[in-house]
Amino acid sequence: MSENGKQNGKGAGVVELKRQDFMTDQEVRWCPGCGDYSILAQTQKTLPDLKIPRENFVFVSGIGCSSRFPYYVNSYGFHSIHGRAPAVATGIKAARPELSVWVITGDGDALSIGGNHFMHVIRRNLDINIILFNNRIYGLTKGQYSPTSEFGKKTKSTPQGSIDYPINPLCVALANEATFVGRSIDVDVKHLSTVLTLAANHKGVSFVEVFQNCNIFNDGAFKHFTEREHREDRTINLEHGKPMIFGKDRNKGLRLNGIKLEVVELGNGITEADLLVHDAHSSDPSLAYMLARMEYPEFPVPIGVFHAVGKPTYDELMEAQVQDSISRMGPGNLEKLLNSGDTWVVE
Amino acid sequence: MPVIETENRKDLVEIENVTIRFAGDSGDGMQLTGTQFTNTSAILGNDISTLPDFPAEIRAPAGSLPGVSGFQINFSSRDIRTPGDEPNVLVAMNPAALKVNIHDLEKGGILIINSDAFAELNLKKAGYEKNPLEDGSLSGYRVISIPLTELNLNALKELSLGKKEADRCKNFFALGMMYWLYDRPLDPTLNWMQSKFQKNPVVLEANVRALRAGFNYADTTELFTTHYRVRKASLAPGKYRNITGNEATALGFIAAAQVAKRPLFYASYPITPASDILHELSRHKNFGIKTFQAEDEIAAMTAAIGASFAGHLGLTGTSGPGVALKSEAIGLAVMTELPVVIANIQRGGPSTGLPTKTEQADLLQAMFGRNGECPVPIVAAATPSDCFAMAFEAFRIATMFMTPVFYLSDGYLGNGSEPWKLPKVDELPKIDIEYRTEAEGFHPYLRNEATLARPWAIPGTPGLEHRIGGLEKQHITGNVSYDPDNHEFMVRLRAEKVARIANFIPEVEVFGKPEGKVLVVGWGGTYGAITSAVEMMQTRGKSVSSVHLRHLNPFPKNLGEVLSRFEKVLVPELNLGQLCLLLRARYLVDAIGFNKVKGHPFKISELVRKMEQLV
Repeated sequence: MSENGKQNGKGAGVVELKRQDFMTDQEVRWCPGCGDYSILAQTQKTLPDLKIPRENFVFVSGIGCSSRFPYYVNSYGFHSIHGRAPAVATGIKAARPELSVWVITGDGDALSIGGNHFMHVIRRNLDINIILFNNRIYGLTKGQYSPTSEFGKKTKSTPQGSIDYPINPLCVALANEATFVGRSIDVDVKHLSTVLTLAANHKGVSFVEVFQNCNIFNDGAFKHFTEREHREDRTINLEHGKPMIFGKDRNKGLRLNGIKLEVVELGNGITEADLLVHDAHSSDPSLAYMLARMEYPEFPVPIGVFHAVGKPTYDELMEAQVQDSISRMGPGNLEKLLNSGDTWVVE
Repeated sequence: MPVIETENRKDLVEIENVTIRFAGDSGDGMQLTGTQFTNTSAILGNDISTLPDFPAEIRAPAGSLPGVSGFQINFSSRDIRTPGDEPNVLVAMNPAALKVNIHDLEKGGILIINSDAFAELNLKKAGYEKNPLEDGSLSGYRVISIPLTELNLNALKELSLGKKEADRCKNFFALGMMYWLYDRPLDPTLNWMQSKFQKNPVVLEANVRALRAGFNYADTTELFTTHYRVRKASLAPGKYRNITGNEATALGFIAAAQVAKRPLFYASYPITPASDILHELSRHKNFGIKTFQAEDEIAAMTAAIGASFAGHLGLTGTSGPGVALKSEAIGLAVMTELPVVIANIQRGGPSTGLPTKTEQADLLQAMFGRNGECPVPIVAAATPSDCFAMAFEAFRIATMFMTPVFYLSDGYLGNGSEPWKLPKVDELPKIDIEYRTEAEGFHPYLRNEATLARPWAIPGTPGLEHRIGGLEKQHITGNVSYDPDNHEFMVRLRAEKVARIANFIPEVEVFGKPEGKVLVVGWGGTYGAITSAVEMMQTRGKSVSSVHLRHLNPFPKNLGEVLSRFEKVLVPELNLGQLCLLLRARYLVDAIGFNKVKGHPFKISELVRKMEQLV
């Protein structure tokens, strides 16, 4: 139990916490080599930087490997049922807007069984952080294809190959007018930490997809662009206000050709000025949507913050309606309420 | 019947009890007409009981049989408990309304008909080959045939109103007639019109004129020679208001939150017949209430659980199909031992079933409808106004024992209304809630010795950081545990916790003699009909008593002993014998079921017939 966590009230004063303060005594039970370890470590490293008292964090999860996460973070946690973490989180955050609420979910949990809640929590702009561990497989049930598995994927449940077309989580989030959309990679710890921090500091719903390797059932799903030797050539980090340049030699970029994106090499008359400059704060998510659809090998895989805009949040609007009712009608008086309407007295 | 007054050549006769049914097209405003008649009668001091009966379709094809909407009201100068078995008066606004309802009208009853609606097309739509007004088929009733459409249009012809708009006022013309016939004042409805139509003076004037015209028409024409007075009922002294079950339910939850001094969080997905609770609670946000219209039933349940984890009074409301969707999450609330109330306003099932009709066939769903050994306490309201008390009781139990609780009502209670003697706020039961704040010695699953409740430790409390979830819990620590002995221990502990509630609820009271031939055991909305029938049997000198259960899990402690004092046990239910099954299993008693699943409440007469067979 941290002394630091105790001496600070709700959001008052500066809170000094360390990564260790967010570690629990529970034995972590993910498979050795799982990408989840890295995401847990980066989250635990990021949380102290937010200067929020530890008791004000709530981690909510659904079901799946990733959803064990709350057991390993020393704060309040709720390991709920499959797909429903966004709805549980809605109850927590709407009731208590002062809490920092995080949803930890996976590709099956968020996009298959929980697709409905995922969509609605985003469109409501509830001020929470949703971290989706995308390993493109069902791990806990031992290796069936997931909604993000590639078409034709051979798994235990699809011996002849999957005939489902995959879903793109970022596109779903953007289509539902998410106010913060980011993506990172489990093995790129520095980048992951940066994106998590930006997500946590965003007011409104923050959605982060993390490419996460399942070394047991879908090993190497992302390695063609995440491995260190070609990561810089095959991914592009989107940074607000900066031209879209990538490559080990920083010699490739993205530009618009008509209404399509294309990869160009700098030189031969093409300069930085021809490239797109990333505007994460644009109110129009169309370009973010096009970027989100880029896939290797035609394009570099985009990571970073795609979209980050401000909009009143569901929890603050709900609280405002309560306050407005109180100022219009006065604080509730039970005696008066029971006696309202047409009444009569029997002597 | 004594004539108490004669004026304008007409007699005013005093009677004790009248049942009227208004019936028309679902667009004819019959629910509104019935509600106005009800409120006026309530203010007049009659005892009342109502039965709205409407189709699931918002506007079924005009003039068709499925589109008929009805509203029955029983008003009386004595204590009544049901909307009445057979109407004494039927107001039929069109042929379809006549066809659907005529068989319920008592023999020789008054039949008021809008003859203008009995044209060929409407007759055909209702499936009449001949006009029943002309073929003698209604000779067993006192038929009063009135060109209501035309009379109403004439009354409004000076107003700048289209024919369609003017025609929409004809329900008030009919209401005005009924007000004269039963000697009711117009003021309550006139006052209501003033506030309802204040922004539309022409519509206001039209409705006022229609109401007055109907009243005057009945007074001056020769159609009616007699009108009737039903005196004030001798209700217990106190302040009263008319209330529907759904309103009372909402107020009960608000009262619980006020007494508990904790905010109420209502998460719900619209569903008939429960949506009115969402509407009502949404109007009272100045009580600190937050209402969340969720994307689906599951989200409503899980959001209520989330709010409860965060320290609010988590509440969700729905009907049977919604409960089916919530079941997994209710199991989560059992495992995490969080106080949350699930209100089920039951309707006809299975599946979508009969959305607007009543039934009480979700008792076993509430009792057993989850995976695993998953006990949930159940309370059920007996009358529309009892909804207040039992909604309150649901939260008292939920918070005292840290458990989800089912609150059962039904469409009949929810939409029906009766006079409600207002409770005194300072006489409401206590709900004491203490969140855990002391970090020393805290364990998430350490229990209160008497109630076995675990502590309510809410986010934001320093030093109490902990994790809960749907996986089996280790005793005391709440850590995930797959240990076989621990699992069995926890399963039995959760069962024991619910069983112990019996120590904190009232015992059942027997209506009638404490022993004898027949004990009638009921639960839920059948209270009025059962009690009236039992009372009738008792006045006939028959050995029949009754108990009515408002706590169904656990049962009151003395129930088994009470059952054993009677030769026969009769269990009337609007299902195929669900309470009966539970009583037989629990008490090894040879209980006899009396069951009906027609989407309508019991009639007193059918219960009396059954009881006569048994004694």
